Amino acid sequence: MMKATAWMGTDSVKVIDVPDPKIMNARDAIVRITTTAICGSDLHLYHGYIPAMRKGDILGHEFMGEVVEVGPQVRNLKPGDRVVVPFPIACGHCSSCQRGLYSVCENSNPNAGIAEKIMGHSPAGIYGYSHLLGGYAGGQAEYARVPFADIGPLKVPDEVSDDQAVMLADVFPTGYMGAEMCDIKPGQVIAVWGAGPVGLFAAASARLLGAERVIVIDRFPYRLRLAEEHIGAETINYEQADVLDTLNEMTAGRGPDACIDAVGLEGHHGNAAMYAYDRAKQVARVETERPFALRQAILACRSGGVVSVVGAYGGFVDKFPMGAFMNRSLIMRTGQCHVQRYTRPLLERIQRGEIDPSFIVSHRMPLRDAPKGYKIFQKKQDDCTKVLLKV
Amino acid sequence: MTRIDTVLLPELDGPVPATLPSALGLLSLALGVGALVAPGPVARLTGVDDSPSARAVLPAVGLRELGSAAGLLSGRRPAGWAWSRVAGDAMDLTLLGRALADRRGERRRRVALSTLAVAGITAVDVLSAVRIGRAQRARARMIRMEIAVTVNRSPAEAYRFWRDMENLPRFMAHLESVRADDLRRSHWIARGPAGQRVEWDAEIIDDQPNKSITWRSLPGTRVPNAGRVRFVPAPGDRGTEVRVELRYAPPAGALGRVVAKLFGEEPEQQVRDDLRRFKQVLETGEVVRSEGSPNGISVRQQAMQRPAQPLPTSRR
Repeated sequence: MMKATAWMGTDSVKVIDVPDPKIMNARDAIVRITTTAICGSDLHLYHGYIPAMRKGDILGHEFMGEVVEVGPQVRNLKPGDRVVVPFPIACGHCSSCQRGLYSVCENSNPNAGIAEKIMGHSPAGIYGYSHLLGGYAGGQAEYARVPFADIGPLKVPDEVSDDQAVMLADVFPTGYMGAEMCDIKPGQVIAVWGAGPVGLFAAASARLLGAERVIVIDRFPYRLRLAEEHIGAETINYEQADVLDTLNEMTAGRGPDACIDAVGLEGHHGNAAMYAYDRAKQVARVETERPFALRQAILACRSGGVVSVVGAYGGFVDKFPMGAFMNRSLIMRTGQCHVQRYTRPLLERIQRGEIDPSFIVSHRMPLRDAPKGYKIFQKKQDDCTKVLLKV
Repeated sequence: MTRIDTVLLPELDGPVPATLPSALGLLSLALGVGALVAPGPVARLTGVDDSPSARAVLPAVGLRELGSAAGLLSGRRPAGWAWSRVAGDAMDLTLLGRALADRRGERRRRVALSTLAVAGITAVDVLSAVRIGRAQRARARMIRMEIAVTVNRSPAEAYRFWRDMENLPRFMAHLESVRADDLRRSHWIARGPAGQRVEWDAEIIDDQPNKSITWRSLPGTRVPNAGRVRFVPAPGDRGTEVRVELRYAPPAGALGRVVAKLFGEEPEQQVRDDLRRFKQVLETGEVVRSEGSPNGISVRQQAMQRPAQPLPTSRR
């Protein structure tokens, strides 16, 4: 038996005893987890916004550790290897995987039938992220089964720490892809909504990719401070300033060349009435998302610019400003991160010292304290940006 | 019924495929023409040549037969037209019965023989009408599906895997086993959720390497079924469009209910899942499993997912 963090219902997680994972497919590996993280998107599960969760589901899609067992078809890994595991489960052989679109792998969701009914086509399976996305046990546990271990996991050299490497499972590549999709040219101004881990990495990546100025929008001063101090970004606190006016001012009326939504479906709004409108619809289940950041990013973006969406959405959005989007020739690019594409190049950037992604870590605690970790991350207590669970 | 159905499921037309209604039609045609063209000889043959009213009735009987012939040969509503022959037979038997009552000697012998002959024809007609009706109802129950999936493998690879019929249970969930008896014939065993078994023999009736395979159950099986899979190169060098057509005709009654359970309430969804598994096996090597769906993709299982936790040792 092992310890694992399980979803027990809305706003409830527990560390429970479950059987040890075993090889189920020939390309599986079993990893003894050393470090795992709570993701902002885990909070969407915690809050009950993602359908098809079952009591007892093991959570967690950001994890790394040591390989302890490999299936007969896994030849690139051996027990003892230290690896970080990308959150999308991808087979590597379907057309999508071969085009580098790992997060829309055509084979890794055994529950593709339900996903198709909601989304038209099914995306890839994800560890610990509902039965809609496969019903895979997650990695906030002592051990995890890793399918397609010959494709996903990246070996981590000794000089890179757990705290750095675990960022490669999701948040760093996700932020990086958000910036990459902006197709940044010299002299460009990039605005990022959300100063959580993904937003901070999107801002840092925009810098790495040559943005002239990066502007980060959030409401938590401690997070905006991280953006200023570690990334050299300018910041807007949307509870203190009008975002559209401020952005127009900062860009002399042009608007940012690209806008990154790193907030997703649980946005907040400076105007209480605006927040109440979408919150009420969400509670009544007539709208599944609160897309404030997305609406604002579209209105703010320079005509002909790119709106890059890496914040997580699950369902349907109301009051989408299609008129602005269409009439101003905007481009939207989006997707769950194709992590497998980015792990190696980003590891190399860490090794070259271009970035130390552990700067976002605010809390480290033992796995048994996972319920506390969820609580303080949810409440943004104690200047919480990222909680790592040590096993 | 489309042309493909007749290729795939000739069993549905009954024990004398498609020809039974036509045979009855030709019989009607012959009798009708005889009665119209040569009422005299026909009257003599049947022993009623002494009655003027019989001579008047015979052409009418001929016209009726021509009507039945036209209906049966048209191919439309064959069961109804077969029963029209039975009705005609009943009428003829009544007339012959009356004729028998007031005749003696050689004429009586001829009328009696005619009565026997018509009674024999009536038996054949009743049997045929019942069979044609049963085939029509089976055809109405027949389930047809056309489902496709794109597989990132060449048509030759996809064909090769499917052509080895013993591979089919690796991705067709309701199949327990397929045993290839020789290059064409195979024995299939399917198992329902409650463990009921249905078995049948099938043969490959058309085999075009790397292009298509057509198979059907052998005549006499209680669950006539047939299928065709085509392997079409997907445009843009994206592998193969695997296009499957399936037909099966569940029988009425208890066996029919077992067959219905085999395919579940959404037979199309089940075949779609089968094709997804086919794609998984070809592209990744095996059926993809998760803790919530340990047996792989299955609509049936999606309704009763277990929590996403490792399986207890006993379930492995």
